[in-house]
Amino acid sequence: MALDEIVDGLSEVSCDVLVIGGGTAGPMAALKAKLKNPKANVVLLEKANVKRSGAISMGMDGLNNAVIPGYATPEQYTKEITIANDGIVDQKAVYKYAQNCYKIIEELDSFGIRFLKNENGDYAVKKVHHIGTYVLPMPNGETVKKALYRQLRRARILISNRYMATRLLKSADGRIAGAVSVNTRTAEMLVIKAKAVILCMGAAGRLGLPTSGYMFGTYENAANSGDGYAMAYHAGAALANLECFQINPLIKDYNGPACAYVAGPFGAYTANNEGSRFIECDYWSGQMMLEFYNELLSGKGPVFLQLKHLHPDTISEIESTLHKVERPTRGLFQQGRGVDYRSESIEMHISEIGFCSGHSASGVFVDDNARTTVPGLYAAGDMASVPHNYMLGAFTNGAVAGVDAMEFADSHDFAEFDATDVAMERDRVMAPTRREDGIPPNQIEYKTRRLVNDYLQPPKVTRKYELGMRRLAEAREDMQERMIARNAHELLRALEVQSIMDCADMAAHASLYREESRWGLYHWRTDFPEKDNENWFCHTLLSKRDGKMTSEKRAVEPYVVPIADDEKDLYDKQRIRASA
Amino acid sequence: MPLASYQTSVPVVVDDAKCIADKGCTVCVDVCPLDVLRISDMTKKAYMAYDECWYCMPCEADCPTGAVTVNIPYLLR
Repeated sequence: MALDEIVDGLSEVSCDVLVIGGGTAGPMAALKAKLKNPKANVVLLEKANVKRSGAISMGMDGLNNAVIPGYATPEQYTKEITIANDGIVDQKAVYKYAQNCYKIIEELDSFGIRFLKNENGDYAVKKVHHIGTYVLPMPNGETVKKALYRQLRRARILISNRYMATRLLKSADGRIAGAVSVNTRTAEMLVIKAKAVILCMGAAGRLGLPTSGYMFGTYENAANSGDGYAMAYHAGAALANLECFQINPLIKDYNGPACAYVAGPFGAYTANNEGSRFIECDYWSGQMMLEFYNELLSGKGPVFLQLKHLHPDTISEIESTLHKVERPTRGLFQQGRGVDYRSESIEMHISEIGFCSGHSASGVFVDDNARTTVPGLYAAGDMASVPHNYMLGAFTNGAVAGVDAMEFADSHDFAEFDATDVAMERDRVMAPTRREDGIPPNQIEYKTRRLVNDYLQPPKVTRKYELGMRRLAEAREDMQERMIARNAHELLRALEVQSIMDCADMAAHASLYREESRWGLYHWRTDFPEKDNENWFCHTLLSKRDGKMTSEKRAVEPYVVPIADDEKDLYDKQRIRASA
Repeated sequence: MPLASYQTSVPVVVDDAKCIADKGCTVCVDVCPLDVLRISDMTKKAYMAYDECWYCMPCEADCPTGAVTVNIPYLLR
């Protein structure tokens, strides 16, 4: 058979709870759903392979937001995340995470994932954030996926690898009814009826184009093409604060973290070309990224992560983490460049834009039970709107979603969807395979992402956005009318481009709606350069109504943990002032 | 519009002498997050069929015979 030959086919299965995405949040959601009701059928659908998928494909170096008794309190953490997000936070979900995450740490520990302890046997938590202490290293962090996979097998979760979900199905009364998916190696389609669906599909990480020009050299796992954001949008779910882009400080060209969270606690710091510190705190916030951006443009760049002042043994210890976990090819990259951390600093740059609540706040809107605005539809992890939730947030909120979704499934029967919705989706999915001639997905993707860089990345200029949206509309027409896929693998990429295009449109629409500047670099609008709390101290919710993209304001829920007036702008003071 | 293909040097290299795909092994193909590895019809060995690599390492780490090497893609090097 020829490579990735297309097979025409459509079949249907059903389950109680369908979890889409087997990276971090997804496995935990599936596990908790199954433990909640062991008799129920739980399907975990994954575009790649659950063994090695998602942001933690090669593990993780540590927890960035561990709220551990004795080091931090849920109240303190909730306060810090509220301030780091310029106050635009529904604290209930953050507070619930902060209360639950220690239990999840203990559970991960019972799975065989070890966390750094000091000589007294207490967790050795490090300080990276501006105010509190929440960073906990993981000495065997490369084993995370294996440990999770063992649990999934033990609980008899039904795993379907190499299926890409393309659209959600709903009943006439708006309840979730299942999803349509396509096999990424044969193009055979599979309809999955489900009583509840949990989206755990990761960031929209293939939105901007990395400066290297290599399309798959993204910060996020390049498989995370924003399919979850697009699917939620087309299902009518609301998406929150998409204008709060994700932009990160990374190793130049390599485009992975350097990583200050690992090296910072040992004494490493971010410095300019004069060797001077210019930011107070290496924790990734929009305000910090704005100072980073300004330094790069000021003539005082390049910006470096400085470690060469540390003891060689300390550097070896840092290397043993950086070159083993999360992005282990970091060592190979530096070796190729002839960079030894003992004698040379690490050149840093800023990443392409993306959506990711893991580090910022842009995600499918969820409440503190991980419920979206569509009944029976849940979201967790990098694609759900709980801000700055990182890996531990994905696990903790995935667990919340799993339990609540199973309760929903237990109290509802299957919702009926319209068969014509499936037929229409099949036509949309297969369209690129039915053309004789046209434009391949890689060219449409490159052009779309190049337009994102040219027109949408901050600083956000209204006129540029208007032009960018016109160019994107032209690219969309090419995508819809002329894109071709000659085999199942190209079809996978063709479907991903459609998610990327939807995310680009949402990024533009959401950014134009919020007429102020907020979150530092993430939403810096030159036409509205000031923060405007009077009119814009609110969430923005984007959704599809009558086929059209619309945005609206949503009030910030009353705080659970009050923030004093003199604390509100603590994250605005990131730049180190010249000493007198 | 007619199509042309252009050349690209791929980052993942497989040592055919060590690769046991001809004996039924598909580990690297199975684990790749971007699904870019395949078994060659001609050589029956694994190879990188699509230059869409996140240089993430599961293929190299999980290969039972140490046949797979991940290099940094040329454009980033």
